[in-house]
Amino acid sequence: MSESLVIVSYIGATILFILSLGGLSNPESSRRGNLYGMIGMTIAVLATVFGPRVSSAGITWIIAAMVVGGSVGLYAARKVQMTQMPELVALMHSLVGLAACLVGFANYIDPMASLKLSHAEKLIHEIEVYVGILIGAVTFSGSLIAFGKLSGKIGGKPMLLPGRHWLNLTGLLLVIAFGYQFIHAESISSGMIGLTVMTVIALLFGIHMVMAIGGADMPVVVSMLNSYSGWAAAATGFMLNNDLLIVTGALVGSSGAILSYIMCRAMNRNFISVIAGGFGSGGAPAKKSGGDEQPAGEVIAISAVETAELLKDAKNVIIVPGYGMAVAQAQHSVYEITQLLREKGVNVRFGIHPVAGRMPGHMNVLLAEAKVPYDIVMEMDEINEDFPDTDVAIVIGANDIVNPAAQEEPGSPIAGMPVLEVWKAKTSIMMKRSMATGYAGVENPLFYKENNRMLFGDAKKMLEEVFVALKT
Amino acid sequence: MSLVIGIPRETVAGEKRVATVPEVAEKLIKLGFKVAVESGAGEGANCSDDMYRAAGAEIIVGAPKLWAESDIVFKVAVPTSDEVGLLREGGILIGFIWPAQNPELMQQLAAKKATVLAIDALPRQLSRAQKMDALTSQAGVAGYRAVIEAANAFGRFFNGQITAAGKVPPAKVFIAGAGVAGLAAIGTAAGLGAIVRANDTRAEVADQVKSLGGEFVKVDYEEEGGGGGGYAKVMSEGFQQAQREMYAKQAREVDIIITTALIPGKPAPRLITAEMVQSMKPGSVIVDMAAERGGNCELTEAGKAVVKHGVTIVGYTDLNSRLAKQSSTLYGTNLFRLTEELCKSKDGTINVNMEDDAIRGLTVIKDGEITWPAPPLKLPAPAAKPAAKPVAAPAAKGHGAGGEPMSVGSLAMVFGIGALLFLLIGAYAPAAFLGHFTVFVLACFVGYMVVWNVTPALHTPLMSVTNAISSIIAIGALVQIALPLGLLGSFTDRPDGWIRWLAVVAIALTAVNMFGGFAVTRRMLSMFRK
Repeated sequence: MSESLVIVSYIGATILFILSLGGLSNPESSRRGNLYGMIGMTIAVLATVFGPRVSSAGITWIIAAMVVGGSVGLYAARKVQMTQMPELVALMHSLVGLAACLVGFANYIDPMASLKLSHAEKLIHEIEVYVGILIGAVTFSGSLIAFGKLSGKIGGKPMLLPGRHWLNLTGLLLVIAFGYQFIHAESISSGMIGLTVMTVIALLFGIHMVMAIGGADMPVVVSMLNSYSGWAAAATGFMLNNDLLIVTGALVGSSGAILSYIMCRAMNRNFISVIAGGFGSGGAPAKKSGGDEQPAGEVIAISAVETAELLKDAKNVIIVPGYGMAVAQAQHSVYEITQLLREKGVNVRFGIHPVAGRMPGHMNVLLAEAKVPYDIVMEMDEINEDFPDTDVAIVIGANDIVNPAAQEEPGSPIAGMPVLEVWKAKTSIMMKRSMATGYAGVENPLFYKENNRMLFGDAKKMLEEVFVALKT
Repeated sequence: MSLVIGIPRETVAGEKRVATVPEVAEKLIKLGFKVAVESGAGEGANCSDDMYRAAGAEIIVGAPKLWAESDIVFKVAVPTSDEVGLLREGGILIGFIWPAQNPELMQQLAAKKATVLAIDALPRQLSRAQKMDALTSQAGVAGYRAVIEAANAFGRFFNGQITAAGKVPPAKVFIAGAGVAGLAAIGTAAGLGAIVRANDTRAEVADQVKSLGGEFVKVDYEEEGGGGGGYAKVMSEGFQQAQREMYAKQAREVDIIITTALIPGKPAPRLITAEMVQSMKPGSVIVDMAAERGGNCELTEAGKAVVKHGVTIVGYTDLNSRLAKQSSTLYGTNLFRLTEELCKSKDGTINVNMEDDAIRGLTVIKDGEITWPAPPLKLPAPAAKPAAKPVAAPAAKGHGAGGEPMSVGSLAMVFGIGALLFLLIGAYAPAAFLGHFTVFVLACFVGYMVVWNVTPALHTPLMSVTNAISSIIAIGALVQIALPLGLLGSFTDRPDGWIRWLAVVAIALTAVNMFGGFAVTRRMLSMFRK
């Protein structure tokens, strides 16, 4: 295969990747979109392997590596539970980051890469290598920590080192200083020192950055790391003068950036403050500002049987799932109840907050897994106006996303965050384990509203009881 | 030059409708047309010549003169061959044509070099076309009238009453077929106070039936009966058997049956057999709205009301003419809306724009050439509707600053910084880099556009598919693994072993993503169902 044929194949692959993302605009076309992606990837890999840059001696190595990696990937894809999707995605981000680092190092020690380059070109090339490895390393360590947090191996609480902003700044200055040393290095071995030190700093920076972010901000972090993995690929593309990598990296990068933006907006926070870590700008737990005024009123608890009674008399029901549903693996019980109610002619729908769960779209995937038809699963903006006409709103394992304080108390730390207005329904039912506050540490006045009922207990167990009571 | 719209008197016996009424004629004149009406055209619909004159129309005596002077003719009933003979060479005709049923008529019209818009060929799926949908407006009137005819022939009240003399039970009405006519009948009968039940082979109309105050009676058999374009299709034998049993049961229970079942291009389905009629209570009424096409009831006689086994069976085929003023007003308004579409310039001329989906569907003959049937419309599957809502829409509603456009100041700053960056890059970077940089910037924009269209429900699959795609980094490792000797040249100090191992590990890592990412995306997407 000639160089030109390879380039043409790359263009084809690029188009297929764009179509692949475009296909996701609705569930009908998405399956075809995924197929486009696979075809594109196959074309790109085959064109490279049979292209002029790879000799036949390498094919054995390539096949061996592909088989090992591919089988691990396929195994993971088959075994992963839908509740674990955020972990899997985070882990995959780290692999992209690590691969970018390795390719960067290999490229740097390869004298072929900088052959025939003019001085300015060589400078640019070295900056590209440096930046590529930097982004790759941050993505790698950051994603690993995110994986640890999501899978519960590392505590979800933000770890806030004293003077952490200064630490980050020092790290940045060191990276720049070693970068200067790196591009002026005489030989490859002396350049390696700067490169290695920078890599270590970048790894530490990635760890520090994600450690400082709390559990409920994870959707932002996961999508941000998604974005980084794209930029890492793009940087590698610059390093290797390969447009396919640049385009694909840019697509992935902007996709992740948009998701981060959507997530931030859904929490009414700006990107910088999320990345800087903690909640609020002060860094101190925000409990005080929301809790100084104990909301008036009484908490009314009800039983599963009473819940079933309420549901039996309802015509319109909206279910608001949150991370708690995923933790309790309650999505199948939710579906059973939904199906039963729908058979009885009750209009059951789901209201999904953009940041519900631990990654963008997490709830949708869980409900889809439980066979809930996607046309009754609504976005927040589609369904918020319907709460006043709703008889029963059930909140399953969510807290901050239904907190009326966001609208009613201008002093609250979550003031201005868009929330699902469940309290406007005739009756709202909160399914929760305890009265504990949500991630934001803010009291939820919803608990004390007259039309709110609390159903305490494990979501799955409670839902099963409700289901049994509904059947009789 | 403004064109003349001619309104001839309908010649078919019993047809009392007219293609436009004075109120609508006035609007047509405002669009820039001249309107000529044959003397006596509106008589059946209570529109006198004087009323047309007052609206600004010209009254012409005699059909030949009217047809000769009209550039465009509005008709109601399918034109007779005499009428086609009167049509001017190259004239325009708008009205009911039913091209599938009337091939000879089509040939005659084509021979006249006419342009013909068949209002019955309107692509009804287009929401834009609803205002022109004469089939709907006429069916609605007919459905209303069917209930009135039934009430007329029925010897009791429709509503239940408690009088001093005793209690009167409400009438029970069963309506077969919940199309436009059926729904209108349900609404009218429910409005009169009757207990209304209805059935349709298309299960999705159940909600509409309920919303009008009717009760939806299910056939105890699973089969979906939508045949496209809002019509029903022919059902399987098993279904028909179950349906017959349901009808037999209803016939024994109810006082009034109104049947509206039609399948396009086929004789009306036989729903009510002679035995079912026999089983009905004496004094019951059946109104068969499908009488013209053979009738849904075995004993129907088209055009007549007959009494058989003590049951009055109304088979009138002119329900619309029995409510001529209402039918004509609605029909005239439909044609006026169509004229508006044809005359976007509002200067009394028309443009039959074949690029327009609605007009393309209506036009069955263009300048003597038969253009029927129109190619099928490419409409998005209705299933896609809820999901296809772009993500950008909620953004526009805006919570906080997200949806508002940037202020001029900050916009200028963004552009300023952008320009400065580009200037710096342009001043120092070599040309080879700039080529890649161009590609990079453009790809960012493409990504931005594409990703905003992704529905929020699919954000998790989006992340896993982008994960899979970013394994493209494998390419970087692939080209490092083993260079062909020719390229390697004299570099003996190339640390081959190191590079190879780094590349092999990188390939293995990306392969995890490549296979795992696509596979898990596929698994997730296959779970999304309606």
